Formats: sequence, C-alpha cells, structure tokens
Amino acid sequence: MRQELTLRGNHALLTKANPLAKFTAVMLITMVLALSIDWVSASVALAFELALLPLAGLTLALLWQRGWPLILAAALGGWSTTILAPDSGSILLDARIWSISEGSLELGVGFMIRGLAIALPAVLLMSCTDPTDLADALAQKAKLPHRFVLGTLAAMRLVGLMAEEWQTIGMARRARGVGSHGNPLQRLRATLGQSFGLLVQAVRRASRLAVTMEARGFGGAHRTWARKSTFSGVDAWVLLGGVLIAGAAVAASLAAGTWNMVFLARQ
Amino acid sequence: MTSSDTVRPAAVTARGWGWRHAGRSRPAVSGLDLDIRPGERVLLLGPSGAGKSTLLHALAGVLGDSSAGGADPACGAAADAEDADESGSLLIDGAPPRSRRGRAGLMQQDPETQVVLSRLGDDVAFGAENLSVPPADIWSRVAEALDDVGLGRLPLDHPTSSLSGGQKQRLALAGILAMRPGLILLDEPTANLDPAGVLEVRDAVGRCLDKTGATLVVVEHRVSVWKDLVDRIVVLQPGSATDSAVLIDGPPDQVLAQARDMLTAAGVWVPGYVPPTRARGGGTRDASVSGASGASGASAGTAPGAGTAGLLLAAEALAVSRERPRRSGPRGGFRPIPPKPVQSGITAQVRAGEALTITGPNGSGKSTFALTLAGLLAPVSGRVSATVELSAGAGIDPYRWKAQQLIARIGTVFQEPEHQFVTGRVFDELMFGPRHLGRGEERVDELLERLRLTELVDANPYTLSGGEKRRLSVATVLAAHPRVLVLDEPTFGQDANTWAELASFLSELLDDGTAVVSVTHDAEFSAVLGGTELSLRATEHREPDRDSGPLQPGKVAAP
Repeated sequence: MRQELTLRGNHALLTKANPLAKFTAVMLITMVLALSIDWVSASVALAFELALLPLAGLTLALLWQRGWPLILAAALGGWSTTILAPDSGSILLDARIWSISEGSLELGVGFMIRGLAIALPAVLLMSCTDPTDLADALAQKAKLPHRFVLGTLAAMRLVGLMAEEWQTIGMARRARGVGSHGNPLQRLRATLGQSFGLLVQAVRRASRLAVTMEARGFGGAHRTWARKSTFSGVDAWVLLGGVLIAGAAVAASLAAGTWNMVFLARQ
Repeated sequence: MTSSDTVRPAAVTARGWGWRHAGRSRPAVSGLDLDIRPGERVLLLGPSGAGKSTLLHALAGVLGDSSAGGADPACGAAADAEDADESGSLLIDGAPPRSRRGRAGLMQQDPETQVVLSRLGDDVAFGAENLSVPPADIWSRVAEALDDVGLGRLPLDHPTSSLSGGQKQRLALAGILAMRPGLILLDEPTANLDPAGVLEVRDAVGRCLDKTGATLVVVEHRVSVWKDLVDRIVVLQPGSATDSAVLIDGPPDQVLAQARDMLTAAGVWVPGYVPPTRARGGGTRDASVSGASGASGASAGTAPGAGTAGLLLAAEALAVSRERPRRSGPRGGFRPIPPKPVQSGITAQVRAGEALTITGPNGSGKSTFALTLAGLLAPVSGRVSATVELSAGAGIDPYRWKAQQLIARIGTVFQEPEHQFVTGRVFDELMFGPRHLGRGEERVDELLERLRLTELVDANPYTLSGGEKRRLSVATVLAAHPRVLVLDEPTFGQDANTWAELASFLSELLDDGTAVVSVTHDAEFSAVLGGTELSLRATEHREPDRDSGPLQPGKVAAP
C-alpha cells in the first residue's frame, strides 16, 4: 500500500557507499550537464549512467517503474522541441503548423537525452540510498543541523501517509455527495475542498508527531548517533567515478566541438 | 539485566496546579492537588474536558511555553488570553517536567504518529540518541526494549510501516523504555486498536512495569482493561475556581464501588456494565442483566435468507483492494496490472431492515470490503450489484453511480468523522446533502433533535468533542435518506453514553427498514443490532518481493 522507503532486498555495491559520497558525485554530473546544451556530453553521461544501473541494483524494468514520469517528461520535452524549434537543414516532415527538420530533430533528441542524463543520477541515488542513512550522513558528515535534517526525515514518513489519506478523504467526500463530476469550476472546487481536508489532517498528524518527538527528548542542542556514518574505500571510487563521468562528458563534447555554455551568448 | 536496575521510579507532585491553553478563556485544569509516589500505577478517569490529556502532556514536558510559571504570579496576571497560562506547581522529582528531559515517556492514541523513523531499530534508538546515551549502550538498550515488548524476533531493519496498530504501539513503548524513564505516561494508548491489539499493548505495559518498577499514569475510558494492572484510580472533574480538580481518589475496587453511578453517568466504561439500549422491535435491552452476547437474531423485518425479499445489494465472489491497477512497462505493453486483493471470494447480501456485521482480525480487508460494497472502491474481481429496489434507475453497479445518486441510496460513515466534514458549520453540514439533492431538508430538524445536536448548530464541526463528531457524521449521512447505511468501526474510542445512543438509534433505523452494514470488533454492539455476521479470515502477510498464488477464499458466513 505505502511505498517502502527502506532498501530491503537490495544488496548492490552502491548501497554500501556513503550517501554523502553518492550525493556529491550526482551533483557533479548534474551540474556539468546543466552547463551546456549539447547532445554529445549528455549522450556520454547517459551511456555511463546506464552502464552503472546494475551497481545500484536497478534493471531497465525497475527503472521504468520508478522513473517513468521523468522519462515521459524528457520524451515530451524532446518532442515539442523537435516540432517547434526553428527549422534548419532539410525538412523531413511538414504538417503546416509544425514541421520537423534535420536541425530541429537534432535539437529535440539532444534535449531529450540531456533531460534523461540529468534525471537519471537522482533516480539512481534514491534507489540505492536509504533516506535515514542520507540524513545520518548529512547531519554527521556534512554537519547540517540535526534538528532540521531529522525533522525533514520524519516529515517524509508522513508524506507516504498523506497519499493514503488523500485517497480516503476522496472516498469520504464522495460518500457526502461531493463528486469529481460537473464542469471544470465544480471539479476545481471539489479538489480544493479535498486539499483543505488533507491539510487539516496533515497539520493534526504533524503536531502529534512533533509531540511524540519532543516527548522522546528531541530538540536538545546535543545528541549522539547510534548509526555512525562512515566513509570507506567504496566512497573514493564513487567520487572518482563522478569526476570521471563528468570529465568524460565535457572532454567528448569539447573534442566534438559541440560544447555550448548555456549562460554564454548563443553563436 | 543490570542496565534495568538504573531505572529510578519518579514521583509526581501537583500543588494548586492549573493550565489554560493559548486562546481559550477557561482553564483546562485548575486547582489540581495530587501526589503520586514512585512506582505507583494510576488510572486517570473523568469526563471529556476534565483535562486528563493536558495533565499528561504537562508531565511529559511537551505543553507549549506559558506566559507565567508558578514562581512569578505577577507576570501571569498581566498575560492576555492569547498566551497559555500556568498556575501553581507541577513537579517530577521536585523539578519542573521541562527541565527533566527523558524522565517521562509519553504514548499517544494515534499509532501512526507514534512512529518516528522507518526502520524498527532506528525508531527505538531515537529517544536514547536524543538523550545523548553513548552509541555503544544504545543498541543493547534497543535489543532489550524490543524483547520486553515482544518485538524482539523482528529484524532491526524491519519497516515500521508494515506493523499493525498494536505492534506500532508496542514499538512506541519500546522507544520509551530505551530512554529508561522513571515515569510512563499513556494517553488512551489502546483506543484505536482491535481487541487483540488492546491486550497485546496492555500485557506489554504490565511486563515492563514489573521489570522496571517505573511509575505509571494511564488515561483510558475502558476501565476493565487496566483495572487489574493499576493500584489507584484518580477521577478528575472539569476545572472550576472553587472545587478541587480531583473528584475521587483511591484503590480501584473502592473507587468503582463508591462512584459507579457517577462514572457510568459520565460515560466511563465501568467493568461489567453495558449501558441499556433500545432493543430491536422496541423496548429496552439491558445486557448487564440478561448477560446476552453474540448475535441475538433479527427480531423484526424479514427473516434472514428469505429469497429475494427486501434484497438491496449483493456481493458475488468479490475480491477487494484499496490499490488501483498499475500500468506495466513497455515490455508489458502498458497493460494495467490488477492489484493484489487483500481479501477475495466474498459473497454477501444486504437486505432492508437487516443488519450485516463484518468482523475479522486486522488486515483481513473488512473496511476495504465495506467500502467496495458501498460503491466507493472498484472491485478487483467479482461484482457488487444493486437490485432495482435500491438503484431506482441508476444502474446496477454502485461504483458507477454519480456521487449524488450514491448518497441517496448508500450512506457511508467513515471511521474518522473529520474526513467527511465539508463545511464550517454543523447546520450547513447537515443541510449539505439535502440541498444538493433538492429534497429532504425537513428531516434535518428531526435528526438534530434525535442526535442531540440542536445546541451545536452554529459550532464548527472540527471543534466538537469525539462523541459529538461521531453523532454529527452519522446524522449528515442519514440526512440524504439512504436505504443502506455502511459504518466503519462506528464505536471505536467512543464513551459508553455515545455508544448506547448510537446503538439505540441504529436499532430504530433497522426497524424502520434501513439496512445497516457495520464493520466492527465490538461484540456487544453487533449483539444489539442482531442480523448476520460475516467473518473475514486473516490473509497471509504480504511480502512485496514475493509473488504468491491466489489467496485463499476467506469468507465464513454465520447466521
């Protein structure tokens, strides 16, 4: 019913790496890809990322299950770029209001690959990282304030609960005669009402959870950590991998002459 | 275990203590004088509004900041009504609870919010970490605490979200025990649990107290559950300037003998007492005299199972789940994958003027079945069909009815009344259904009167007490005049007075020809309604990574 946030059953190599190392590597790759709009750097990074799937315990089928909204969004972005970008080169398809040319197709495919290459590391990170371990690493290694980190972690548990609550409130309101029928305005009002109901429940739950946490001594200036977040040899490899992928992407793009910094003026 | 020797039972002292919540004009507690000796076990009783929960929160050190402490009365006089206000003194071991972090551990009612982290062991360790216990000691405390509450056989990385309500409450107890508190505070810890869960938690608490010798203060309506575990009952009364906040105080047997009438009048569930209700077909039913339990059979209306007479709704070979079908990936051709049912093979019939009670352990899909029967969830397989008598032209499948067609035919009362509130005023709440249907507004006054809501017409539904919310949620659904009424655990956490009112009212509805379907663990309640019992069996625990074959049919229908 509720999606499990724990990693039971996943014993892939990357689950053993420190979340902070993985996080840093992901940030490195994503930032480099965000710098340039070109298909070479994105394709190189994407190829590496796909090769790394088994290390994170992912298969293509699992990837689709967890990341399909992102994959669809990337495909949609690519498609709209293809049909709407200014034409250059020979026209491949002309449907009057829109057309596909060699130039616009190249731009569209590049856009899609770049979207995938930027989104995939995040999916990879979350499928081989337990949120609790990430919080431990952020608080113990990155020295973020523990009250903030643990508060966020506890709140994330409630998000799953709220998804169930949304369904229940939807049914409960249908049982009162508020349906998702009628014109768009009526539907909007019904959704707003349901959101308000969810908000009330979320606030109640959150305040009860806050009492629970406070009653367990949470909120003091100092605390100890039962789970010690440690770095190991794997983490050096993870960081090195991040640097290599990011470097290879830039180098390939520079060599091919497609490197195109977003914040520099277009040629 | 040497480490448990370190628990030092706490003493509680209250002297003229009072508390007014921010923004309220009346204090929640006032003039409380109370001494609890180390190691004493106290059951706290009293009508709603007597400030039981406020006292527990104060002892746990989680009440918000007050504008004035007992030490500085001059400041308190100057405070305006927006700030919380404390008077007198409330001390644990001679010091204010807030300065004694970790001396007291608190368990609340809602199991979902008693869990902080997503892995079993981490959750137990959370409190000990916050108290800066050395990491080396924490894991031995965790193992010991989990053993003490009977969860020691689960792995430390077991996901907390897959625990039952009773297990979640025991986990919360383990989290408290790992802090080694001298005072354990339980605020209606079993109100949301099924009977098996109630005993699980009660027994775990008893074992842990025997072992550690900690002081206990528990608030609970159901006296019989805690009576043998506590050695003192304290009855509180709503705060007033002149009277003492403590009404009666003494050993359980003595208090129950002295104050039995007063407690039953206040809606407390006194052992051996079942409030009298209206019997099916009229008259009064007094279960404490007749000792009746189990289904008493329908005394009015048509006889059960008599052909198609009065048949309104039928479920055939029904498999149910709350999950919606998922889409498979490109390899599966994007076909929908039906969810795995929590229960399957259910066959049941709903007849006018007859009660159908759905029972079974937690996780057997009782509520899911009731919601599917009520046209709120789509069946996984099998079907729910309405007879022409019920559908009146709306079609055979209740799930396909429009919301307004549904409420005039099948009314559903959810377990949590707040889920169903759609307006900001009690009167509008009752008028909502009739206004949308364009008929039935004349019935609202009758319902207001009958369910004692007349005084509350202008109140905001969210501000009502638990019993008032329950009565309102039943009234709002009935205002649309449905022929079938479905209730999900209507008596959960209700005091004896609301319970009796609800049971009597439903018995009246049944005699008037409404069909009543209720999901309940409450044997006394189903005895009042009579009719048929549908008992669902527990289905095997669902492992997400294992694909098991079709589930065993779990229906056992007993007349």
